Amino acid sequence: MAKHDTPLLDELEKGPWPSFVTDMKRQAETHPECWDILGQLELSYEDRITHWKHGGIVGVFGYGGGIVGRYSDVPDRFPGVEHFHTVRIAQPSGLYYSTKNLRALMDLWDKYGSGMTNMHGSTGDMIFLGTRTENLEPLFWDLTHDLDQDLGGSGSNLRTPSCCLGESRCEWSCYDTQDICYHLTMHYQDEIHRPAFPYKFKFKFSGCPNDCVAAIARSDFAVIGTWKDDIQIDQAGVKEYMAGNYPSNGGAHSGRDWGAFDIKKEVIDICPTNCMWMEGDELKIDNSECTRCMHCINVMPRALKPGKEKGATICIGAKAPILDGAQFATMVIPFIKVSKENEYENVIDVIEQIWDWWMEVGKNRERVGETMQRIGLPTFLRVMEVDAMPQHVREPRSNPYVFWKEEEVEGGFERDVEEFRRKHAA
Amino acid sequence: MASIEHNGTSYEVDEDGFLLNGSEEWDENWVDYVKSVEGINDMTDEHQKVIDALQEYYKKNGIAPMVRILSKTTGFPLKRIYELFPSGPGKGACKMAGLPKPTGCV
Repeated sequence: MAKHDTPLLDELEKGPWPSFVTDMKRQAETHPECWDILGQLELSYEDRITHWKHGGIVGVFGYGGGIVGRYSDVPDRFPGVEHFHTVRIAQPSGLYYSTKNLRALMDLWDKYGSGMTNMHGSTGDMIFLGTRTENLEPLFWDLTHDLDQDLGGSGSNLRTPSCCLGESRCEWSCYDTQDICYHLTMHYQDEIHRPAFPYKFKFKFSGCPNDCVAAIARSDFAVIGTWKDDIQIDQAGVKEYMAGNYPSNGGAHSGRDWGAFDIKKEVIDICPTNCMWMEGDELKIDNSECTRCMHCINVMPRALKPGKEKGATICIGAKAPILDGAQFATMVIPFIKVSKENEYENVIDVIEQIWDWWMEVGKNRERVGETMQRIGLPTFLRVMEVDAMPQHVREPRSNPYVFWKEEEVEGGFERDVEEFRRKHAA
Repeated sequence: MASIEHNGTSYEVDEDGFLLNGSEEWDENWVDYVKSVEGINDMTDEHQKVIDALQEYYKKNGIAPMVRILSKTTGFPLKRIYELFPSGPGKGACKMAGLPKPTGCV
């Protein structure tokens, strides 16, 4: 039985699509507070403003993050959402759940919360929506003691690291994304649970440049698999594709007849750096020009593979729009070995070099990408002890002046110019 | 807004239990109350040092310090602050010091 009239929300149930309104009405049969979410949302649609208050500090003892306080600003009208805190729960690496684990999580949330979830948030963790302050400690106890799982990150801390499914199922993965994700999660427990940064910091691990977890667009520290040598070509496989014996894109577009496969039109001509051509019936690639767009490999997976010398590129500083606009991560380290043999020591060194600097110069609520923008890439590269290279350059410069550092100028800024001119006539 | 009573004194608080009127209402009795709800067994000089540092910074700057600055001024590593205040510097220590709720991010 409807507790509130929701004519505006009911519009969202029309049409052939699934509707969160229908889902929430169904959920309200067992969790009546869900009617108050709908009621409050309807009011928000009428008033054209959210009725969730901003902020709120709740948590469990020992942790400073993991739970986001959420309160209604109209609790008298919608008492079911007076408290409606969000709980972040760390997801398994690569999102491999067992049905047993999923059922246990849902039972837990049925018991202590609204039963509403967001699987998954853009950080990558599970988001459980809606519970009251007094439920938090018992929920945390059961989660950690019975399910052996943990809260994720929230606030100005290291957010729950996330990764693609990597080598477990993907032949293109250039390193073991699941292993490094798990390893660094365990290594940085303190940074995940006890906020001490200027603002949030996200790690994301993608096994190849297809970047299935969108690391380059939404993580402060994106580790994206790549290779150093040449794309591996199986010329016999190329011939099979050209003869139409292998479906392109692994058969992904087979729902419709696109006509015969045309390697020139579908691969060679749309290579972004024009580095592919046919010599007779052999496919050639100028690998020094390849920018790892992955298109040719995606189209002809049985003929082309990433190279053999594998590792990752590290890009730093992506973020969603808050103060400035959205921003992609900047490539800083073109190639780094990612290996469990040294327990990722070289990757950890890079991370800590960033943190040491950002925690010193970063302003409150400034993402590392914004700090980099404010301070400038040349300074950031010096901090990172990385030599500048052409690939760091976004566009050719328009400023004709060269800003030398004093130690780069022979004799320094105070040198005797007349003495200098005697040897170097103008 | 809600109010809380402890040993006969009542305090106006927000939904997270922070003092609404800050230093106007703050007293030793409030410290005793927060101790009982934020998992603190015995008040020590170290607790007092954190409280003093927070109040001093707030008086000067009008906001709560960043965690790193609190660590620096007190000389306590973050780990020690969590041992002193199990619910953390924001929820535990700021509440006890009578500072307004820190504006955290989601």
